[in-house]
Amino acid sequence: MNSAIAFRNILFKDMKNYYLKPPNISWGLIFPFAWMGMLLIKSGSAFSISEVFPGIVALSILFGTTSMLSVTITFERKSRSFERLLLAPLKTELLILGKITGAILFGIFNSIIPVFLCACILKAPVNNWFLLAAGIMLLSITSTLLGLFISVAATEVFEAQTYSNFFRFPMIFLCGLFIPVTSLPLLLKPLSFILPVTYGVDILHYSISESNFLPPVIDLIILSVFSIVLFYFSIYNIRRKWIK
Amino acid sequence: METIIEVKNLKKSYDGIIAVNRIHFKVYRGEIFGFLGPNGAGKTTTINMLTGLARITEGQIFLRGKDVTHDIQSVQKIIGVVPDENNLYEELSGFDNLCFCGALYGMKKNDRERIARELLNLFGLKDAGRRKFSEYSRGMKRKLTFAAALMHEPEILFLDEPTTGIDVASVRHIRNLIRELNRKGATIFLTTHYIEEAERLCHRVAFIDRGKIITTDTVEKLLDANRDAHMVDFRFAPVSFDISQLTEKLHSRFPHISCVLRDPGTIRITSRQVTDIAPVVSFLASSGLLVQEARIIKPTLEEAFVKATGIEINLMKK
Repeated sequence: MNSAIAFRNILFKDMKNYYLKPPNISWGLIFPFAWMGMLLIKSGSAFSISEVFPGIVALSILFGTTSMLSVTITFERKSRSFERLLLAPLKTELLILGKITGAILFGIFNSIIPVFLCACILKAPVNNWFLLAAGIMLLSITSTLLGLFISVAATEVFEAQTYSNFFRFPMIFLCGLFIPVTSLPLLLKPLSFILPVTYGVDILHYSISESNFLPPVIDLIILSVFSIVLFYFSIYNIRRKWIK
Repeated sequence: METIIEVKNLKKSYDGIIAVNRIHFKVYRGEIFGFLGPNGAGKTTTINMLTGLARITEGQIFLRGKDVTHDIQSVQKIIGVVPDENNLYEELSGFDNLCFCGALYGMKKNDRERIARELLNLFGLKDAGRRKFSEYSRGMKRKLTFAAALMHEPEILFLDEPTTGIDVASVRHIRNLIRELNRKGATIFLTTHYIEEAERLCHRVAFIDRGKIITTDTVEKLLDANRDAHMVDFRFAPVSFDISQLTEKLHSRFPHISCVLRDPGTIRITSRQVTDIAPVVSFLASSGLLVQEARIIKPTLEEAFVKATGIEINLMKK
C-alpha cells in the first residue's frame, strides 16, 4: 500500500480543514504583533528589539502549535472522525506524523511574521540564520509534540485548552524567554531544564544575539532527543488509551 | 465452506467489568452473519476487537487466517466498517469525505474519484456530493458513512447497527444494498437489535446477551425450532389497575399455555397445541380486561430470540 498517499492526504485535509482557515491565519498574523506591541510599547526602553525577538518568535510558535494540535485532535476524537484514521491500515507512527506535520508547518508559518518584522523592518541583527531556522523548526516540532501529549490526556476540547494553558503560561517564565535561565532562583532551575522550549529559546538567543547559556550543538541534540522521546511516548500513550 | 472470520475464546474486560465473556464463532465466506443482542450485550465491543479498535483481553481472532492481534494492518486492508455512529468529517463535502477515506487505503487520485462518484450514484447522493457532510440529513449521513466503508472494495464488511435512527426509505435502500453487496461476494457481519432486520437479511445469526453467546445457527433452523408453537396476541382496552400479576393467573388457569405481557396493552399466549381462545377471552374479561383484538402470530426469529435469551423484544429496544 502506498502510505505516502495516506500521509499526504491527512496533511492536506488538516491544512484545508483547520490551519488555512481565515481565523487561524489571522491568529498567526495578529498574535506576534500583539506581543511585540505589549513588550515594546508598555516597557518603553526596558527591552531592546534583540532581547524580545527570540521571545516573540518562541511564543508565536508555542501558542500556535500547542493550541491547534491539541484542539483539532480532541475535536476529531470527540466527533469520532479520528476513528476513521485508526481503522485505516496505517502504522500509528505514520498516522500521527500526518497529524503533527500540519501543526509543525503552522508553527513555522507563525514564526515568519515576527522574524520578518524584527529582522527586516526593525533591523534587529541576526547572528546565524541557519541556526535560527533550525531553532524555529525544532521548537515547532517539540511544541507540536507537547500539543499531542496534551491531546492524549484530554477528552473534551475545553480540557485541551485548559491543559495547554497549564503548560504554556509557566513556560513563558521558566524557559528563558524574558528572564534568563541563569538568573532564575535555584529551586526553579531544574524545572527550566526539563522543558524542551528552554533549549529552543536558547538556540534562538544564540542565533540572534549570542546570549545563550548552552552551546548550540548541545541544544540541538537535547531538542532532537526531546522530539524523539515525546513522539514515541505519545504513540505509546495513544495505543494504550485510544485503543482500549 | 471457507471460514473467513474465526473467533476463539474471546474475552474483553475493562475496569473489572467483563464486556465479552469467552465467545466462539465462525463466519463463512459469502454469508451475512447477524450478531443480535440488546444494548450493552457486547456487540460493539466485539466489532471493535474484530476491527482493531479495541484490545483483546484473552483469546484470538483470525480474519482470513490472519491474527488480528499480530497483523492488524493486513486485516484492516480487507475490511470495511460502518460504525454505530457516523464518523466522517463535518467540514468536508460528501465527495471529499469519500476521496479522503480512499486515500487512507493508498488509492490513487483517479481511482478514488471514480469510485467516489460511483458510490454517490449507488447511494442516491449524486446531487449532494458537493455539499458539506454537516448539511446532510440523518439518513444521508448514514448512507455516506456506509459508502465510505466501501471505498476500498473490502472483502468483509462490519455493519454496526446500520439502520438505527433513520427514515423508512433509507432503511429499505440500505437493506437492499446489503443484499446486493452480499450477492456480489462480500461477507457481511451485521450487528443489530432489530430482529426482523436480521431475519430478512442474515443467513446465520448468533444471539449474544451479557457478553455471552447464547446460540448460533442458521435463521432457518432457529425458525424451525418454533414452528410448532401457536401464538396469539390479545390487545385490550387501557385499564387503571396493575395487570402484571395477570400472566401468572392466566398460566395457573390454563397450564398448557405460557403468557407474556408484551406491552401495557398486549398479552401474548403461546402453546404447543391448538388452543380454543374463547375461554381465554372469557377469563380475561372476568379479570376486567376488554379484549379488542386477537391476532395469530406466525413464528419469527423474535420468538427464537426470546426463547433462547429470555429477553423480551420491547425491553431490548429500550
